[in-house]
Amino acid sequence: MNAVAQQEEESACPQPVEQDRQFVSPRVNIVESKDAYVLEAEMPGVAKDGLEISLEANVLTITGRRSAEPAASLLYRESPTADFRRAFELDPSIDSSKISARIEQGILTLALPKAEKVKPRRITVG
Amino acid sequence: MKLTRWQNPEIWNVSPWRRMNTFRDEVDNLFNLAFGRLANLNPDAGSESQLLEGWFPPVDVYEDNDNVLVKAELPGMRKEDVEISFHNGYLSLSGERKQEQKHQDAETYRSERWLGRFHRTISLPCRVDAEKIKAAYNEGVLTVTLPKAEEAKAKQIPITVN
Repeated sequence: MNAVAQQEEESACPQPVEQDRQFVSPRVNIVESKDAYVLEAEMPGVAKDGLEISLEANVLTITGRRSAEPAASLLYRESPTADFRRAFELDPSIDSSKISARIEQGILTLALPKAEKVKPRRITVG
Repeated sequence: MKLTRWQNPEIWNVSPWRRMNTFRDEVDNLFNLAFGRLANLNPDAGSESQLLEGWFPPVDVYEDNDNVLVKAELPGMRKEDVEISFHNGYLSLSGERKQEQKHQDAETYRSERWLGRFHRTISLPCRVDAEKIKAAYNEGVLTVTLPKAEEAKAKQIPITVN
């Protein structure tokens, strides 16, 4: 069974009125081990207090707001001015009460443990 | 009959020679190739702006009265994997992001993050004092602070009236 966390992107949606900053999708790596899914998202410039993770129905949304820019005049810019946002639809086998998150050096690591009953079990023959 | 090697699509994502695995990334890289040479401020670093050669961490350059600040977005690096050097008015940033070891026994579904070497060279807008350059790495952003050389700072010239 291909239990994959799919993504939905918000690039075409109009943003709420009170924020006029656009959003950019952070790059992610998703791996699956036998106990959990691990998702790593790159959000450089985002500190722990700029991070919001919410789960509604089966959709996990990660939003990262960049810290303020240095108070100096800009000569040349390549990084996007936008904050980060990406939404994922979770496989029902993920136990949403045990999701944990950690952010370190701009990488958000989310551990999404699988629910107990979905893990492969050996069935002994009586 | 032509025999072509078949690769499991997930492995295709992880192999270090196939870092671009979404259409969006391919279009981004076409733009990097077209505009990368223009955007790269150092005219001598043309060989670094090649498609399939590496990833380009975005770099911003700021200045205030006393310093030039160069910020590069390098999430998830360790400081021993990044080298910063300064020579003749050009600041060079290079390094390598190695493949994570902790996920060896897991199956990868999506691998969008860049791996491998990067090298950026940035030319600076004015002379700086090479002895006092400092670098800090916070929140995945490397900030290099280059204090301007004394003669490059703006000076107020007083007017005397006789």
